[in-house]
Amino acid sequence: MRTRPPFPLSRRQVLRGLLATSAFGLTVKLGACADSSAGGGGGSADNLVMGFVYVGPRDDYGYNQAHAEGHDHASTLEGVTTVEEANVPETTAVQESIRSMIDLDGASVIFATSFGYFDPHVLALAEEYPDVQFFHCGGLYQEGVHPENVGSYFGYIDEAQYIAGIVAAHASNSKRLGFIAAKPIPQVLRNINSFTLGARSIDPSVTTQVIFTGDWSLPVREAEAANSMADQGVDVLTCHVDSPKVVVETAERRGIFSSGYHANQVDLAPTGYLTGAEWNWAGVYEQYVQMIQEGKTLMNGGIPHLVRGGLQEEFLKLSPYGSAVSEEAKKAADAAKAQIVSGELVIYDGEIKDNQGTVVIENGKKLEQTALELEQMDWLVEGVSGSVG
Amino acid sequence: MSADLGWWGVPLAILAGTLRGSAPFLFVSLGECLTEKSGKINLGLEGSLLMGAMSAYAISYLTGSPWTGVIVAGIAGMALGGIHGWLAQQPRVNDVAVGIAMIIFGSGLAFFLGKPFIQPVAPQLPSIAFGSWSSSPQLESALRVSPLFILGVLIAPLMQWFFRSTRWGLLVRAVGDSPDAARAMGISIFKVRLLSIMVGSALAGVGGAFLSLYYPGSWTERISSGQGLMAVALVIFARWNPMQCLYASLLFGGAQAIGPALQSVGVDAYYYLFNASPYILTLLIMIITCSPKRTLTGVPGALGQTQE
Repeated sequence: MRTRPPFPLSRRQVLRGLLATSAFGLTVKLGACADSSAGGGGGSADNLVMGFVYVGPRDDYGYNQAHAEGHDHASTLEGVTTVEEANVPETTAVQESIRSMIDLDGASVIFATSFGYFDPHVLALAEEYPDVQFFHCGGLYQEGVHPENVGSYFGYIDEAQYIAGIVAAHASNSKRLGFIAAKPIPQVLRNINSFTLGARSIDPSVTTQVIFTGDWSLPVREAEAANSMADQGVDVLTCHVDSPKVVVETAERRGIFSSGYHANQVDLAPTGYLTGAEWNWAGVYEQYVQMIQEGKTLMNGGIPHLVRGGLQEEFLKLSPYGSAVSEEAKKAADAAKAQIVSGELVIYDGEIKDNQGTVVIENGKKLEQTALELEQMDWLVEGVSGSVG
Repeated sequence: MSADLGWWGVPLAILAGTLRGSAPFLFVSLGECLTEKSGKINLGLEGSLLMGAMSAYAISYLTGSPWTGVIVAGIAGMALGGIHGWLAQQPRVNDVAVGIAMIIFGSGLAFFLGKPFIQPVAPQLPSIAFGSWSSSPQLESALRVSPLFILGVLIAPLMQWFFRSTRWGLLVRAVGDSPDAARAMGISIFKVRLLSIMVGSALAGVGGAFLSLYYPGSWTERISSGQGLMAVALVIFARWNPMQCLYASLLFGGAQAIGPALQSVGVDAYYYLFNASPYILTLLIMIITCSPKRTLTGVPGALGQTQE
């Protein structure tokens, strides 16, 4: 046996080290606080520092890429400096990232782009930094409950899915569409239902097969699901997962059509890509920059706490039509898009039955996009095979 | 094209899933089998798998040759294995702890170096069409087999023969079962273990190449979704026997397809349960095959012991 002390440092050395690091940490922290209160809190619009946090890689052909494209656009605007961090998990790690954006980079505006950041992380930080404005993507802001420097923004992307459904119905020969979804939560169900309603507005015999994979990013299971559906004769695939890359590529390999989501995936499937429901965060972030540079803030009431928008507000866009889309399909899709923008067409226009045959929206009742019922959707529309249970 | 297969789709999907999805499990579990036979555990194969996937995709994209990518994936895995093999054999170092560090290091390195390769589309490995006789496009697509998978299937009996009938195989087993006896024979334990770990890790790297260059066939950071770790566990399930590693990998690959296939024919209840079927099957087989009368057969005697 060798005799060695179990721990090579003496107690004194450990104490000295601990004291030194905490002293260093404190000075850095206090020094940076002084900076940020001078730069950010003053409300000067000369140089606006905005921080962006993404949950995954910034070029995933999906949700995070859509936000990163918005960030890239925002960073080109005059008087704006941006900092960003990708791959930040929905844990206290996000608090650390945001804290260093505020303390070290002097950010006065934070865009937290993943759903799970909201509660408790963004809410906790908002109380800690009352001068910083936090904008969260997808969270439901509650007046009086949540701090007033928190705002929420999101888009009604199911409007774009409705148009994609119209295009899909035109392209399909087998009249069977496939939808690969992560989890049966309201946002996902709403996309499935809108896609199906769009397709069935063209041909009521079209059905949509849903496969839930169980999580947001499971490439192997997504590929398995895409292959199973291709085997079953489905000939247009779309999805609601974090990165549609695998689904679109598998569809292309199997020689069937695909419709994208989140961002433009046409490079992955040059022959079979029809169109896709994309976010247009560039426009949204530009609107925010404009408002903030005009001196408006969440705290003084200049910026609304809840910002929602669809095709009309240009929160969304459709991927340019692929080569497989017929003229007829383009015409029908463009017409529906114009009607949605003008407000003539309401997607959830009764009577609508779910796939069990129960009437969920009565005849004559129109649910506009802002309707709260739609945010709590727990049913699949008639024509969808699948269940939420 | 639009012929509806109905319920026949389920066995077909399981068959196709076995042929498509089991190769990563197979390569990693064979690599781990070799490693553990020499008496060390390498949990870091998950890192090698990701590193292999990334480097194969990157090299395939840069050179245009997927087979070069496969070779580089093997080399990358070997390099990671070299680090593990050296570190884990230092005195009083625990190989499980080093393995966990290697998971984090390997995956972190793969994510860091792989950033620029998420967007581009790399040339994929070719496949052999065993189903070209069939008139059904579904069957034809199910029977597309990657040569890499066939290679893996061939390695399993080869490794079995290596352990049983060759001098080198005996050396590996001796080092793993009784290092003292091996030392008395004049064998360098360090070298045997280092080589076993490096070759094992290279196999895992090749498994990664299968993920990114054949199925699902793209490089994303979530590509492995824990398959490397599962394959390490498979080795225990397979009782350190290469042929059983093959069967266990086929079982896992096929079981992966059950959940999506059942949903595609309209069985939409309990899909979380069906998605968990690989694990349920494992548990069932463990329960059926275990016996209170004997200890785990085949476990290398010196597995996981740290050197003083």
